[in-house]
Amino acid sequence: MPAMLRNLAQRLGMMAHSFDGGIHPSDHKLGAGLHSEPCPLSPVHILPMKMHIGEACLPLVAVGDRVLRGQKIARSEGYVSVPVHAPTSGRVVRIEEYAIPHPSGMGMPSIIIESDGDDASDDSLEPITDWRNTDPALLRERARMCGLAGLGGAVFPTFIKLVQDSRFPIETVVLNGIECEPWLTTDHRLMLEYADEILTGLAIIMHMVNTDSAIIAIEDNKSDAAEAIEQALALRDDLEGARVVLLPTRYPQGSEKQLIYSLTGREVPAGKLPMHIGMLCQNVATARALYRAVVRAEPLTERLVTVSGDAMPRPANLHVRIGTPMRYVFAQQGLTDFEDVRILHGGPMMGELLRHPDVPVVKSTNGMLAMLEASFMGGHTQEQACIRCGHCSEACPAGLVPNLLADQCRSDQFEKAESYDLFDCIECGACSYVCPSNIPLVHYFRYGKGQIAQQRREKSFAEASRLRSEAREMRIERENQARAARRSSVRKTHAPAAESTAKTDAAGDSAADKTDEGSKD
Amino acid sequence: MLVMLSSPHMHGGDSLRMMMLTVILALLPAAAVSVYLFGWLAVLLILVCMLSCLATEAVCLKLMGKSLTTLLDNSAALTGLLLALTLPALTPWWMAVVGSIFAIVLGKQVYGGLGYNIFNPALSARVILLISFPLQMTTWIIPMSAATPVVNLYDLSTCLTLFFAGPDALKLGLDAISMASPLGHVKTEWTLGVPVADALAHYHYSYLGAFLGTEAGSIGETSVLALLIGGVFLMARHSITWHIPFSYLATVAVLAALFSGIDPDHFAPPMFHLFAGGLMLCAFFMATDPVSSPVTPTGQIVFGIGCGVLTWSIRSFGGYPEGAMFSVLLMNCAVPLIDHYFRPRVYGHESGRKS
Repeated sequence: MPAMLRNLAQRLGMMAHSFDGGIHPSDHKLGAGLHSEPCPLSPVHILPMKMHIGEACLPLVAVGDRVLRGQKIARSEGYVSVPVHAPTSGRVVRIEEYAIPHPSGMGMPSIIIESDGDDASDDSLEPITDWRNTDPALLRERARMCGLAGLGGAVFPTFIKLVQDSRFPIETVVLNGIECEPWLTTDHRLMLEYADEILTGLAIIMHMVNTDSAIIAIEDNKSDAAEAIEQALALRDDLEGARVVLLPTRYPQGSEKQLIYSLTGREVPAGKLPMHIGMLCQNVATARALYRAVVRAEPLTERLVTVSGDAMPRPANLHVRIGTPMRYVFAQQGLTDFEDVRILHGGPMMGELLRHPDVPVVKSTNGMLAMLEASFMGGHTQEQACIRCGHCSEACPAGLVPNLLADQCRSDQFEKAESYDLFDCIECGACSYVCPSNIPLVHYFRYGKGQIAQQRREKSFAEASRLRSEAREMRIERENQARAARRSSVRKTHAPAAESTAKTDAAGDSAADKTDEGSKD
Repeated sequence: MLVMLSSPHMHGGDSLRMMMLTVILALLPAAAVSVYLFGWLAVLLILVCMLSCLATEAVCLKLMGKSLTTLLDNSAALTGLLLALTLPALTPWWMAVVGSIFAIVLGKQVYGGLGYNIFNPALSARVILLISFPLQMTTWIIPMSAATPVVNLYDLSTCLTLFFAGPDALKLGLDAISMASPLGHVKTEWTLGVPVADALAHYHYSYLGAFLGTEAGSIGETSVLALLIGGVFLMARHSITWHIPFSYLATVAVLAALFSGIDPDHFAPPMFHLFAGGLMLCAFFMATDPVSSPVTPTGQIVFGIGCGVLTWSIRSFGGYPEGAMFSVLLMNCAVPLIDHYFRPRVYGHESGRKS
């Protein structure tokens, strides 16, 4: 329907709000009907020091140490960070660089634990059953120390968002059960099987941010999940302000900003966060993890993973310990030969193509897909000329003109690309998906963003050096003047002059220090 | 094989080839009508244009050291078909060949090939031909003369002679088989001071005829019905959106209604404008050429309005009876500017944009 008509209908209240653009990829949700099951315990676990967005952790254990499940083995460094926990009991055998799930195949310092098979837990953490009467700050600390990060895939440290800020009070909590990525079925299964845990997690979140209004957003291809949640909701008396909203199935409905618009008709202003308009989004899996951390005192050591793909002999939804090698997980489901198979970490739209399965399952692993090389991308890999058909622009949920942006990025016109709002791209991939010329548009946007970030770093570094050297020159100049002044007036007033020189020196130095710090951000 | 490492790792399945093929399919009704009206002449014209375009494209690709597989994207074939449909039935073979070479070389390859041309290739070739050979390009054969006693266009050998040797070889005077187009007739009469209504009456102009395709014109532009079917097919297949055709046709209709309402003696009525000349073909197939039209919906509406204003103005005040092709080409020049100023509002940004 023409955007203008839709807009009008929405304004008149005849239609629910709906974000612009979007696509309808075939969903391939093979795992939707498969009950979740535990993945057998792997003999080895690899725990990278950074499985969240933010700063990396530092190991707290040494090679040879015995660890228990749930024991903190690495502490967070810096604010935007959460600690890492042992996923099972065993012994630390190595601490070394190990490949992580990343398209480049890059590595990261990791703690490697050999399981002892006992799976003994560390019981030092106390359950907080009476969380309703617990200070939100304590609960927040619990979320942090249990290593919670957004399990929808972005893995932003959860505790940071769970805060009461008097300037930006949270009006509504949005629980994201959209799961719009094709193939993935983890949130779907969690809602069907753990509705009550998810709702308790939601209640804890609402208590923490002090609101009694919540929306549980689910796409209409998961109406069974919506029913399960609604049934569980009806049995509780503590979530009267929570309601389930079924949204039309359209990618990227689950993207935070698009979801908020679909639910409320309000947009998160550019450069702002949902909390700035009184919203807080959390994924259903994260809500469940919060419940487990608070009420059961379980740090995040396991997550549900969709193991699927057209090359997968037995698709499944597995509760996998974090750190389990992907090769081991695939083997459990019958995939051992990776010749002519492409492995995706996450969904096909925003996930990463991996070079090999010798990487661990991490906190962001919502899916592991094995795709046949022969049918990969349906053969649409050969880039052709852009014919400006505008399909990308129609599909873009952010309102960008992807083909123009891609041209600008490709020809290194970064300033122009920025003025065409390159940084508002959410990299959902809808543009590349619809492109008849198979242009990897998102790839160009990542390149452009990377180059601009690099230029900014270099610029601020150069600016800092310039300020430093200017400050130094000024100081030398002042010292020379002071010296000259002292020489010319040996007898009189030399002491005050020296004092003032010292003061301005100190000021100059601290200014230089400050810009130096600034350049590190 | 180098496979993109960057997401997404899934594709919707649209391809250039299919998009171009869709447009070719959408032109089939118009092509069929042209064959019905002009017999083998239309077949020959379409074949020669398509083959010359493909051959020229092949030579260009070869010269530039590019892979010949690009030929398979169907874009050259489409250009050939489009060009053929804009030509009068009596266009000689060599003019069709020259036009095709113009279309591919000057219309497309000099800019760097598919996707980089500023102007619609078929249309720019058509205009080059019109300016270079004004007489031949405005000699309209009487449609439905396929079966008239003067000349049988359903006879292949007659048409081969007409096409390759010209009407002289058949000892046919041009006057015997040709006539003015409705637009040309109205313009000529108007300069003589004849009111539009009288001019149309003299011409025995019929709206139904124009809708079905029996008024004089280029082989593919006569039938409004056939072009509408093609246009609706394109929209249904999501090859084009309503923005350009609608805003283009609506602008022409509104301007014509307004002015013919004020001064019906000097300005033709809206129906006449909509059904006449190459407007329908331009609105659905030329102005909507993705490469040379704006990308964004708002831009497309602006583009369509621009085309409409220019078409109506050229027809009403210009030296040429028909202005559709010129106006599309003129608006093609403005596309980068339109693209820049009529971008959609970005999520989370205020409306109203910095330039």
